[in-house]
Amino acid sequence: MATTPSTRSGRSPGRIAFDRLKRDPAALFGASIVAVFVAVALGAPLLTALSGWDVQTFDKSAIDRSLGGVPYGDLGGIGAEHWLGVEPGTGRDVFARIVYGARVSLLISVAATAVTVVAGTVIGLVAGYVGGRTDTILCRVMDLVMSFPSLIFMLALLSVAPDANRVLLLIAIMSMFSWPYVGRIVRGQALSLKHQEFVDAARVGGGRAAHILFKEMLPNITGPILVYTTLAIPANIGTEAALSFLGVGVRPPTPSWGQMLDDSLKWYQVVPSYFIVPSVCLFLTVLAFTLLGDALRDALDPRGTNA
Amino acid sequence: MILYLGKRVLAVAGVLLVICAVTFTIFYVLPTDPAVHACGKTCSSEQIALVRQEMGLDRPIHEQFAAYVSGIAAGRDGCAFPCFGYSYQNSLPVWDLLTDRMAVSVSLALGAALLWLTVGVLIGVASALRKGSALDRTLMAGTLASASVPVYFTAMILLLVLVQYLEFLPYPDYRPLTEDPVGWATNLLLPWVTLASLYAAMYARQTRSSMIETMGQPYIRTARAKGLHERTVVTKHGMRSALTPIVTIFGMDLGGLLAGAVITEHVFGLPGIGQLTYDAIFKADQPVMLGVTLLAAFFITVANLVVDLVYAGIDPRVRYA
Repeated sequence: MATTPSTRSGRSPGRIAFDRLKRDPAALFGASIVAVFVAVALGAPLLTALSGWDVQTFDKSAIDRSLGGVPYGDLGGIGAEHWLGVEPGTGRDVFARIVYGARVSLLISVAATAVTVVAGTVIGLVAGYVGGRTDTILCRVMDLVMSFPSLIFMLALLSVAPDANRVLLLIAIMSMFSWPYVGRIVRGQALSLKHQEFVDAARVGGGRAAHILFKEMLPNITGPILVYTTLAIPANIGTEAALSFLGVGVRPPTPSWGQMLDDSLKWYQVVPSYFIVPSVCLFLTVLAFTLLGDALRDALDPRGTNA
Repeated sequence: MILYLGKRVLAVAGVLLVICAVTFTIFYVLPTDPAVHACGKTCSSEQIALVRQEMGLDRPIHEQFAAYVSGIAAGRDGCAFPCFGYSYQNSLPVWDLLTDRMAVSVSLALGAALLWLTVGVLIGVASALRKGSALDRTLMAGTLASASVPVYFTAMILLLVLVQYLEFLPYPDYRPLTEDPVGWATNLLLPWVTLASLYAAMYARQTRSSMIETMGQPYIRTARAKGLHERTVVTKHGMRSALTPIVTIFGMDLGGLLAGAVITEHVFGLPGIGQLTYDAIFKADQPVMLGVTLLAAFFITVANLVVDLVYAGIDPRVRYA
């Protein structure tokens, strides 16, 4: 009679982590909020078609022009017509600006994270594997970039940069200052991997450097990279919002959450809902990604007990 | 030790020089003309040419850069040491602008740092010692939420509730510590709480994980086994070791904030270096931007150096040759 293998045996580390995640309520909560915001961002045109108001239409009937544009109604004009109220002063629909703002926020933060992680991983792998002078130089560069006052420097760069493609510019500038953080992690891992037998074997077997780096070593360090990625996204969402809040992010009329918050600073005493809505969205996305990242780190931790 | 210190100070100077060069080049290469901004929109082209000459913009970049660096080190004609250039928009030397506002940013950063360090470490230690309890779970959920709240939201809610509705505190308006200590503290309380609520949450989480790891070490068991009071075990054996990583991030965070918390200062309208930066962005006041960037880089690199030196004091394993 053939022995049926126990379900526990032969699971890959990735499978173990995934099974742990599925049973972690915090991870599920985080993942579902992330899914909602991604869906909102992707389905933005659909949602605004449903709500009946697009991003740019000024609804003069929703604001009281004799009071400088304060929305009619108690909660900043929240009601059946405008689901999340209207923008004071202009009467633009807040719901529409939120859903399109989610696009900008997520696109920029995810893209910036992707660029950061790819650049950091490649540079970190090369520094750790090649070693010697290459390693010294790359480490010096990383130290240097990390000692830049990043927020102030980003402000300076963005304020003088030409207004060509603001989204691309933000992605480039945001990743420019964060890749060394990935680079450091990956370099450390690469250093400890490069003298292991399987790497030696690949080298002796005549594997090219690119093959050893990306086919042999990289699969062994996806865990830490994945955790870093999940935790870098909320940080980048915060940075993008901060830059837009300080007036150097995406340019109007492109909506972004940070920009709405910047505008709401003028109105917070009269129309509190106008700053609460984008703040709550920022809070929820940042919280959700953080929960997911934390859960992922615990799930990938080989010392974890609840396998 | 002195040799080590000397090397490190040289390294700091080198890093600052490179940052200065990079910033300088960016402002030089990008297609904005500082002279036009400095002079104003109504200037004629002859006036702009004059300003360009006065600012040295007609000279090649390496000469401009050399003049800038030597100005910082020794001063220039009509610009006393340390000369960080002249802000035409403010009609003041950049250094004077920076020193005028330094007190605000330093007050904000130090007060907030004291608050977040105390609160964060206390929460972290309390959580770690009662790991898995209801207290631990509540505190950790709280810190996770607190770390995700955007600073502007905290600021606006505090202003709305405590200042506008309850009229419990005045609208923040900076008072110098030397003239009015009580006014200084009451006016800075909201900005302190705002900044600290974000950092305290991160510190609590960091302290907790570091403390849990330390308290599981064999030497803690030894300390308990030889009959030490639990309080001594926690403070002398546990915290001393668990808090060393906190020192590193504390140094970097504080260093980063000393040159201005741009968002907090902007929301509360505090006249610090952060607000100066904000204004400089909109007025394209490049000499000020350059000065602020250098000041911030200076604080960060020096903070790193101080952290490394402090490390030797608290961690007996670290020795500098």
